[in-house]
Amino acid sequence: MTARIPTPREVFRFYAEGFRSMTIGRTLWAIILVKLFIMFAVLRLFFFPDLLAGMTPRQQSDHVLEQLTDINQ
Amino acid sequence: MLSDYLQTVDWSRAQFAMTAIYHWLFVPLTLGLSILCAIMETLYYRTGDPFWKRTAKFWMRLFGINFAIGVATGLILEFEFGTNWSNYSHFVGDIFGAPLAIEGILAFFLESTFVAVMFFGWEKVGRGFHLSATWLTAVGANLSALWILVANSWMQYPVGCTFNIDTVRNEMTSFWEVLLSPVAINKFTHTVTSSYVLAALFVCAVSAWYLLRGREREMARRSIGIASLFGVVSALVTAYSGDRSGAIVAQVQPMKLAAMEALYEGREGAPLTAVGVLRPEAERAEGEAPFYFRLEIPKMLSLMSFRDADAFVPGIDDLVEGNPRYGIMSAAEKIERGRVAIDELKRFREAREAGDPETLEAIRAEFDPTTPEGEEFLREYFAYFGYGYLTSPRQIVPNVPMLFYSFRVMVGAGMLFILVLAAAWWFNRRETLERRRWMLYVLLFCLPAAYLASQAGWIVAEVGRQPWAIQDLMPVGVAASRIASSSVATTFFLFLALFAALLAAEVSILCKQIKIGPEKE
Repeated sequence: MTARIPTPREVFRFYAEGFRSMTIGRTLWAIILVKLFIMFAVLRLFFFPDLLAGMTPRQQSDHVLEQLTDINQ
Repeated sequence: MLSDYLQTVDWSRAQFAMTAIYHWLFVPLTLGLSILCAIMETLYYRTGDPFWKRTAKFWMRLFGINFAIGVATGLILEFEFGTNWSNYSHFVGDIFGAPLAIEGILAFFLESTFVAVMFFGWEKVGRGFHLSATWLTAVGANLSALWILVANSWMQYPVGCTFNIDTVRNEMTSFWEVLLSPVAINKFTHTVTSSYVLAALFVCAVSAWYLLRGREREMARRSIGIASLFGVVSALVTAYSGDRSGAIVAQVQPMKLAAMEALYEGREGAPLTAVGVLRPEAERAEGEAPFYFRLEIPKMLSLMSFRDADAFVPGIDDLVEGNPRYGIMSAAEKIERGRVAIDELKRFREAREAGDPETLEAIRAEFDPTTPEGEEFLREYFAYFGYGYLTSPRQIVPNVPMLFYSFRVMVGAGMLFILVLAAAWWFNRRETLERRRWMLYVLLFCLPAAYLASQAGWIVAEVGRQPWAIQDLMPVGVAASRIASSSVATTFFLFLALFAALLAAEVSILCKQIKIGPEKE
């Protein structure tokens, strides 16, 4: 007997039916979604701006060089 | 400005510590319970006995709750690297990024792909395929831990890299040196097997609760049989790797070892303090002993650290003031050398700003490990780069009481777990466990003790390397970003609220599911 590769539709149904049949899983998914929303939509956007993002590699190295050599700042 | 920056460093440290401690509440149970579930499902696969299917499904449900609440909490740590520790993140370059990227791409996806088959696939895929998915979930979880621990180990023992002065980054020169460093191998073994012990105690404690209630007795007894044996073997490997850790720490982080033992004056044939009560440093007069009392094992510290009962173990004072007899350089000398390296970096910056190619080239040569003068400069000066930021030699001493007591909590609990798990296995095998109710209560008590010991282990590892973010190269005070302390303090309390709510949710859902018990089939 050879194993058959499932179609994308079958894979989708596998997950969809799995999620539908979950019992405590619904509460867990609610918690996961709320947590991910807080982490990515609230914390990441408003509280976690990446300081070096948007700089070229040279600007990044200049910035860190300044930080490392300006001890008394 | 400076005082706000110092507050930023403290808040950043507090925030990172809280996030890491919270994250570590979930990880060890995920690592160990995934293996236990896989073992139980393997028994189902081999025997075809539906009892094992029902048992495996029950523990998988608890695994799933822990996995779901804990998943992605580690991402907050990664956000913090970019925000609160941007100097560190840039300075470590790809050395830190590579293991984290491998963790994200390979291990996490392996884990998260097969976890779906593990939960949804019982009636939809073959038994063999389902068992493979369960094992691959367990392997994926443990591989995730490997890469994170490799990254952490590099911070404790930076090897396999060279500093590129143009990019101001450390660059990986040997992936294998980073992956296979003795610190990384030992840390992975110690951390993962101690997680297995925690998971074994979780299974034993929940099963003990059922036995105390007279419920699910067959499942509880057989679960304890597997978990206690798995736990004993894991605890013995943890003890062995802990002993190896001591010897490695003696070589690469001698200050951490001295602080763990509150050993101020180094000596040959140094004893190990089994238990003791420290006299606070501020209350100690000149020449007064650092302990109110202590029980010591003669020569054991020398033996464990250097495999020689008469070996010299340097104390805190030796490492701060230096000890020429044993070739120990003073912290003051290291600070001087670190400042030379920083001055060269500063000259490089000024030359870059002034567009002075000759000076730039001369300084580049100093930082070039392929030339003899570069190799000498890196070894004699840049190796102490981080010391140049310290203002006093005593700053290299971590929090001694916190380390001393945390270490004893970890080791004491670990030894207790070996005894308790071995006793549980023995009584269970003789079918006398159920009537020894005191033993069932001991198993229940060991569950919070396991979490405490696990956190204490991380406190030893992380507080013990202070003041360093990267050992000898970058203190935490320089690694932190220059952002307003108020914003870090605000997020600290936001996280505290979020984590407390999530933890309450997890404990409540877990308790509810344990009360419900396994599915009736």
